[in-house]
Amino acid sequence: MTTATAVSIHSLWTTLADSTPGAATTSTAFQTPKVEYAQLSPILIVFGAAILGVLAEAFLPRRSRYTAQLAISVIGLAAAFAAVVALAADGYASTKSHIAAMGAVAVDGPALFLQGTILLVALVAAFTFAERRLDPAAHGNRVDSFAAQGSAVPGSEQEKAAVKAGFTTTEIFPLLLFAVGGMLVFPAANDLLTLFVSLEVFSLPLYLLCALSRRHRLMSQESAVKYFLLGAFSSAILLFGVALLYGYAGTVSYGGIADVVGGTAKLTPALANSTATDALLLIGGAMVVIGLLFKVAAVPFHMWTPDVYQGAPTPVTGFMAAATKVAAFGALLRLLYVVLPGLRWDWRPVMWAVAILTMVIGAIIAVTQTDVKRLLAYSSIAHAGFILAGVVAVSPDGVSSVLFYLGAYSFVTLGAFAVVTLVRDAGGEATHLSRWAGLGRRSPLVAAVFAVYLLAFAGIPLTSGFAGKFAVFKAAAEGGALPLVIIGVISSAIAAFFYIRVIVLMFFSEPQPGAPSVAIPSLLTSSAIAVGVAVTLVLGVAPQYFLDLAGKASVFVR
Amino acid sequence: MNPVNYLYLAALLFTIGGAGVMIRRNAIIVFMCVELMLNACNLAFVTFARLHDNLDGQIFAFFTMVVAAAEVVVGLAIIVTFFRSRHSASVDDASLMKL
Repeated sequence: MTTATAVSIHSLWTTLADSTPGAATTSTAFQTPKVEYAQLSPILIVFGAAILGVLAEAFLPRRSRYTAQLAISVIGLAAAFAAVVALAADGYASTKSHIAAMGAVAVDGPALFLQGTILLVALVAAFTFAERRLDPAAHGNRVDSFAAQGSAVPGSEQEKAAVKAGFTTTEIFPLLLFAVGGMLVFPAANDLLTLFVSLEVFSLPLYLLCALSRRHRLMSQESAVKYFLLGAFSSAILLFGVALLYGYAGTVSYGGIADVVGGTAKLTPALANSTATDALLLIGGAMVVIGLLFKVAAVPFHMWTPDVYQGAPTPVTGFMAAATKVAAFGALLRLLYVVLPGLRWDWRPVMWAVAILTMVIGAIIAVTQTDVKRLLAYSSIAHAGFILAGVVAVSPDGVSSVLFYLGAYSFVTLGAFAVVTLVRDAGGEATHLSRWAGLGRRSPLVAAVFAVYLLAFAGIPLTSGFAGKFAVFKAAAEGGALPLVIIGVISSAIAAFFYIRVIVLMFFSEPQPGAPSVAIPSLLTSSAIAVGVAVTLVLGVAPQYFLDLAGKASVFVR
Repeated sequence: MNPVNYLYLAALLFTIGGAGVMIRRNAIIVFMCVELMLNACNLAFVTFARLHDNLDGQIFAFFTMVVAAAEVVVGLAIIVTFFRSRHSASVDDASLMKL
């Protein structure tokens, strides 16, 4: 395999792996696959904890499951994060970056950075999943945000009996862990098969989690149906794209496809004389990118986002909004920067258009929203556009700015949705914006915390949002995308309008009669919100250390 | 027979599935159309494997089948709970959250 020329072209953001994966497959004798278990330890720990959770669900008595599941989740996620840190400290993020498991999983800077982010987000999300102080106790049992029994018809006798018996859906913890495991593999996937399988592994648990809300169960089930049907549709589109790319290159490994795209490896004889090969490459690449853009909720593939974010249980929404975006942007970066850099003159204009549409449409539609969760959903669409501006920079700075933005954004989102769970009335969470009027008068602390998050979303200086937006736009401008930056700044201004409007509503308008109360959370949700605020302020006031960290982690292995 | 014809068939099946997802209103039928799309992908994979004379595509087809089976388990569970609470599997009825 002569990859020297290809590497010299794209050596800015890729580095050659120390061994050429797949070289062993040319020999005829069967060889046992070599799997570097130590390098895959974060992924294996999370999946191991998930399986342990399933066993606990099967064998433990009902009353001890909640504690056991929470302990398994928290310990598993913390151990996996420690493993990521150990790998990074060992140099796998820079000098020793490596392609593990016979070319299936990359262990490099972007992968480890994003895996660390996902694990921390999931750890905080597990706290919000486990919160049991917000709803009033039902029949003397503490209840969380999840249905007593997912299969019981809403409002039926069966459901009442389940609530009375004190059932809780502790399966959410294994589901969370399986989703996290898939998300860890997704940005590290180094062939299209791993990409597709990990996409499904993290999507399927999320579809189920969406359907399990305790309140507003019809809306919750509706959001699950929508998410599932559209998610399955988009993964089918991604799969056909994978098939076409395989048809073009004759291999599903990222490096192999990149070699064929870059012209350093020959097309197989079966297709060498055909004129249709470019069509295979272009259509296949476009379909795979569409599948990934669906997951990051970029316009025009964003239609599912507001409904799913509104209907899903709020802790799940927070987790989904934060972690899915991190994982999917990681996979998108790797695909565009490792597999298709030879095509960048083809995909850059398209991604320009998608980024502009996403920023502008996300910001403008958000102005008209009257529901807090929908508002945050459209704001997450607009943020996907800002991150895409960093993606089209096509430079190491672009990669590092996207990594930093994802880390900053995910904690803000998670914290904001955690605050939404606190504002409640008799029907559960009071998400209509009019109900939030005057919140700052009655609960100054909660309103102030939410205001911090909103200012971070808006990108006000001294918050993480400003540091992230600045890094992304700087990288995009240096990459020659100045018009994109100008449109980005304008849509940030539009977005700032509705964030400020919510702050004004909270602090400067009279509370309505019968206004919702603010539940006093347990230590779990309080610490989740506190972590969000701390990350927001630290990344805003002193971002340099983390920008350096992202900068050091911005080289892909291939 | 020229194996490329199977690719045309795969593209045709994929298009039929895609059109079905857009047009049909019953969640079960929509889901069946998604499965048709996945099977079209499988056909494309094995045809390309034959064209390239390697096994990657065939292995991929096996993984697709397993994933499709897992998707059926999750998907039918969600659609059945949806149907039981509304006595309808029509995706047009899922409009509680329209703005």
